[in-house]
Amino acid sequence: MARAVLTHADISRALTRISHEILESNRGASDLVILGIPTRGVFLARRIAEIISRIEPDAPADLAGALDVTMYRDDLGRTRTRTPAPTQLPADGIDGKTVVLVDDVLYSGRTIRAAFDALSDLGRAKAVRLAVLVDRGHREFPIRADFVGKNLPSSKLERVNVRLVESDGDDAVTIEGGEA
Amino acid sequence: MRHLLGTKGLARDEALALLDIAEDMAAVQEREVKKLPTLRGKTVVNLFFEDSTRTRISFEAAAKRLSADVITFSAKGSSVSKGESLKDTSQTLQAMGADGVVIRHPASGAPQVLATSGWIDAGVVNAGDGTHEHPTQALLDAFTMRRRLHGAASRGRDLDGVRVVIVGDVLHSRVARSNVWLLETLGADVQLVAPPTLLPVETSSWPARVGYDLDAALADGPDVVMMLRVQAERMHAAFFPNSREYARRWGLDDARFDRLPATTMVMHPGPMNRGLEIAARAADSAQSTVREQVANGVSVRMAALYLLLSGDRGDA
Repeated sequence: MARAVLTHADISRALTRISHEILESNRGASDLVILGIPTRGVFLARRIAEIISRIEPDAPADLAGALDVTMYRDDLGRTRTRTPAPTQLPADGIDGKTVVLVDDVLYSGRTIRAAFDALSDLGRAKAVRLAVLVDRGHREFPIRADFVGKNLPSSKLERVNVRLVESDGDDAVTIEGGEA
Repeated sequence: MRHLLGTKGLARDEALALLDIAEDMAAVQEREVKKLPTLRGKTVVNLFFEDSTRTRISFEAAAKRLSADVITFSAKGSSVSKGESLKDTSQTLQAMGADGVVIRHPASGAPQVLATSGWIDAGVVNAGDGTHEHPTQALLDAFTMRRRLHGAASRGRDLDGVRVVIVGDVLHSRVARSNVWLLETLGADVQLVAPPTLLPVETSSWPARVGYDLDAALADGPDVVMMLRVQAERMHAAFFPNSREYARRWGLDDARFDRLPATTMVMHPGPMNRGLEIAARAADSAQSTVREQVANGVSVRMAALYLLLSGDRGDA
């Protein structure tokens, strides 16, 4: 049924690589904000921030935050009512910072589009980047991730499940269904 | 949630979900851009058959901060008799494409009629009906208590064991009724104190203790004292000899306020009759939550409108 795509060790390696790539492109950890998109993006953002603070000891302590996009989605009237999650920003906000958005799966790109709207109500970031654990394709917007854990070409009939220790008890990415 | 008609029958999970969403809405109130695009293109009608300033303004602010269009309909002065004209009015709203109706009505049960009659598809929020319920007021009171008690860690918490004394005109108070049901659901311990003439005849089924002596109720230092407004406009009989006697026996005057612990919250749904049910010093003290209640009212009403008007209402 469900086929394992990434194991715990794979996820750790991918996040370590993404952390290094973020630091390389930002030339250090100054003016950096890592914002996870609830639910699992927040846990990934915290892990990335922790790895970054291990690599760069002078990195700000409140590197990681959360950006809830529920109120900005374009499908609010089409599905059941969604429960929003808290937004947490660093104390000095996002003005002039490089914001790295973190999500678990990049699919249609609609969540990220909503995140852009949410972000612009919170301040003016110097630059916005996108990091995702899995990119499964099928974009409906001109959106592309800057940092990708794994490219996973998939069929729309398939289901990609991301499990993380913080929310699900273990780390794993699996793919199921499709009957290919 | 399809309608919000009362707190009686509101499940604990639903109430907590609404309060938690209100926390998110409160966070929006603190930022520079206080607006969310969530209800863009939706129309909310404020249908007020009875005077109101703060509730109407609060709902208006809540709807506007969620980007909904707001139409305010004030039926004051028109020859509104219940039944048919409420039907006519609601069918007009239906024809105009209202997605949400916030209704205040002097007749208990009017929102229920609007919600269940099939005249409209819109989500109905009860903003006070007769002497029945005023659910958003009770929710904002609970939200205010929770924030004072738990601060930033309020999310997901109930009011287990919080001792609340509600004082005054319980007979005419829809605020008291909504609070009794909601506070019971959230685990608080409620005591009602009023002159015997201002208590409903039958309160044995209410999940609250009832007493007549304010000093006795305040003696063991409750966590919350909620003073109710003496509703002169609804009093067509002599419920107490005169206002000075009322203030002396059931008012939160300076002496009673001084005997309260410094941690006791003093609440009032407003508008206040200063010097009657509450002394100015108590109302303006740091223990008073009156202004917080107004600010929190917008957050709670945003949460209620969000829950009612987002989502696919076809399968709600």
